[in-house]
Amino acid sequence: MSYNVNEKGFYGKFGGAYIPEMLFPNVEELRQNYLQIMQEPEFQEELQGLLRDYVGRPTPLYFAKRLSEKYNTKIYLKREDLNHTGAHKINNTVGQVLLAKRLGKTRIIAETGAGQHGVATATVCALMGLECIVYMGAIDIERQAPNVARMKMLGAKVVAATSGSKTLKDATNEAIRDWISNPLDTYYIIGSVVGPHPYPDMVARFQAIISEEIKWQLQEKEGRQNPDYVVACVGGGSNAAGAFYHYLDVPEVKLVAVEAAGLGIDSGESAATSVLGKIGVIHGSRTLLMQTEDGQVTEPYSISAGLDYPGVGPLHAHLYDSKRAIFESVTDDEALQAVLELTRLEGIIPALESAHALAAIHRIGAKPDDIVVLNLSGRGDKDLTTYLNRFDLNGK
Amino acid sequence: MENRLQRLFVEKQQGLLSVYFTAGFPNLNDTVPIILELERNGVEMIEVGMPFSDPLADGPTIQHSSELALRNGMTIPKLFEQLKGIREQTQIPLVLMGYLNPVMQYGVERFCQKCQEIGIDGIILPDLPLAEYVEEYKEIFEANCLSKVFLVTPQTPEQRIREIDSHSNAFVYMVSSASTTGGTNNKGVENTEYFQRVKAMGLKNPAIIGFGIHNNETFAQACNHASGAIIGSAFIKALEKEGSLTENIQSFIQSIRNQP
Ligand SMILES: Cc1ncc(COP(=O)(O)O)c(C=O)c1O
Repeated sequence: MSYNVNEKGFYGKFGGAYIPEMLFPNVEELRQNYLQIMQEPEFQEELQGLLRDYVGRPTPLYFAKRLSEKYNTKIYLKREDLNHTGAHKINNTVGQVLLAKRLGKTRIIAETGAGQHGVATATVCALMGLECIVYMGAIDIERQAPNVARMKMLGAKVVAATSGSKTLKDATNEAIRDWISNPLDTYYIIGSVVGPHPYPDMVARFQAIISEEIKWQLQEKEGRQNPDYVVACVGGGSNAAGAFYHYLDVPEVKLVAVEAAGLGIDSGESAATSVLGKIGVIHGSRTLLMQTEDGQVTEPYSISAGLDYPGVGPLHAHLYDSKRAIFESVTDDEALQAVLELTRLEGIIPALESAHALAAIHRIGAKPDDIVVLNLSGRGDKDLTTYLNRFDLNGK
Repeated sequence: MENRLQRLFVEKQQGLLSVYFTAGFPNLNDTVPIILELERNGVEMIEVGMPFSDPLADGPTIQHSSELALRNGMTIPKLFEQLKGIREQTQIPLVLMGYLNPVMQYGVERFCQKCQEIGIDGIILPDLPLAEYVEEYKEIFEANCLSKVFLVTPQTPEQRIREIDSHSNAFVYMVSSASTTGGTNNKGVENTEYFQRVKAMGLKNPAIIGFGIHNNETFAQACNHASGAIIGSAFIKALEKEGSLTENIQSFIQSIRNQP
């Protein structure tokens, strides 16, 4: 079984490039060039330099002692929350913006859910002196206000997506429409392992630095490269793809993907695509998709803006279908409880997205000697208003 | 066997007016009345839009009509039910246009068979890749006498335009400028270099220009460069005006056909 994309852009039966003809020249240009550009020594030198000196990599692999005691297993946190801008998203935006420059593009567009990808895109655009437009669902603009402020501060234009569920799916629609209307000067930095081929593969490669580091860091700390479990949350699936990447072909490493169950799988208010979805086409990719019998996309729900998406990257659909990864889902309430727990046990306030991964630890069946690496994809600064309200800390 | 679309292009190569509307808009059961009224007003071909929740290639007007149509309860089975028997009432060429996912869920082969039964002549699915069509679906479409229509844009390379032409058997849909439907760039039919370039290629299929055609002037311009033009968003806006369907359609088509 292969977990790499084939030359037609598929992972098993998932993937491809289901795009209107208007996007074909741009996507084709990218497909023909991305691997070659990414392999150029000067590109790698510039990328690695920025990841080290600007993003702050490598991020620590931290042994969470008190959390480990609580769950009676050995838990390491991969601290993607300590990256510049506060999440894993910048690993990808640094890479793609360098690519965009090499393709001669001057105008950058992006979609964002939680705002972390928007901030990471606005950041690299400021760094490179490029125009930046970020599409964000109107509901997400409200619930992730600090990130909207950061994007504006960085000089990006934030455009509200007001159609459909007014969340990540709709922001992505608007970004794609922008690209259709601006085919010559514009590059679309997609924020997850979604979209038409080659995006899922390209984003996974830029995020693969996460598992590359885990390997040598774990070797230093434990004398072995392979943990027993890698656990990550999945919205589109980029932080999970990065944390899984170098373990995909190592069957003894169990991969756990955690989706957002929202108010509960059967509540009608959920974003657990692997459970609720069936094969379909969204945003240029054939993948698992939450939809009605008639093939209309269902509006998802999660308290976490970054996981509030009705699809999942084609790699993850394949990992689910082939049973290479174990899929779990976690409700809003369970995630919130995990936020408080990590904060009080380890002094780390996680993002709502990452908290979904934390909340699944007790379900994976890890034994006392097992090593669990949990990808802490981001920090919780953007979610403080939600936390203060939900934990009733406002008055205290 | 020739379908009505192919016959149309044998009979007429100039000034063809094609109108797009979203099935189920403004009201669920307006589909057949709109088709019949368009024919009465001398339109040569009709594209019936199958609404989708996430219409990536559409501008605000068709997004809006799609959303309303879905809210009205439009589905592919419902549309087929409405169109059953349409061939006893009109022989105007009919093209169904929509996105891949709803068709995929219905089943591509079953969809094509149903279209043949009803008397549909062509299909446009902008997000079905050319290569996948050729490998997996072309035989099915042809067996059901359906013409698959593909889009080309100002950015489509010459070689790909030739490939698209070779797999088409009705017409090539020339998108007027880089934009979603409705013509967000307001460039209408300005890109004469592109139209002339494609014309000079001597394609085996006639070309029809669409996206952003909205009045008699842009329609006439498009007809100068191609066999005809498709009007979508502007027609949808006309349907929303006060007055009956019949009045709105009549005055809109008249305004388009008038010499500028
Ligand atoms: C901190 C954090 N984690 C995870 C995600 C989910 O995205 P992905 O599944 O692509 O990692 C987001 C998205 O906004 C995020 O901000």
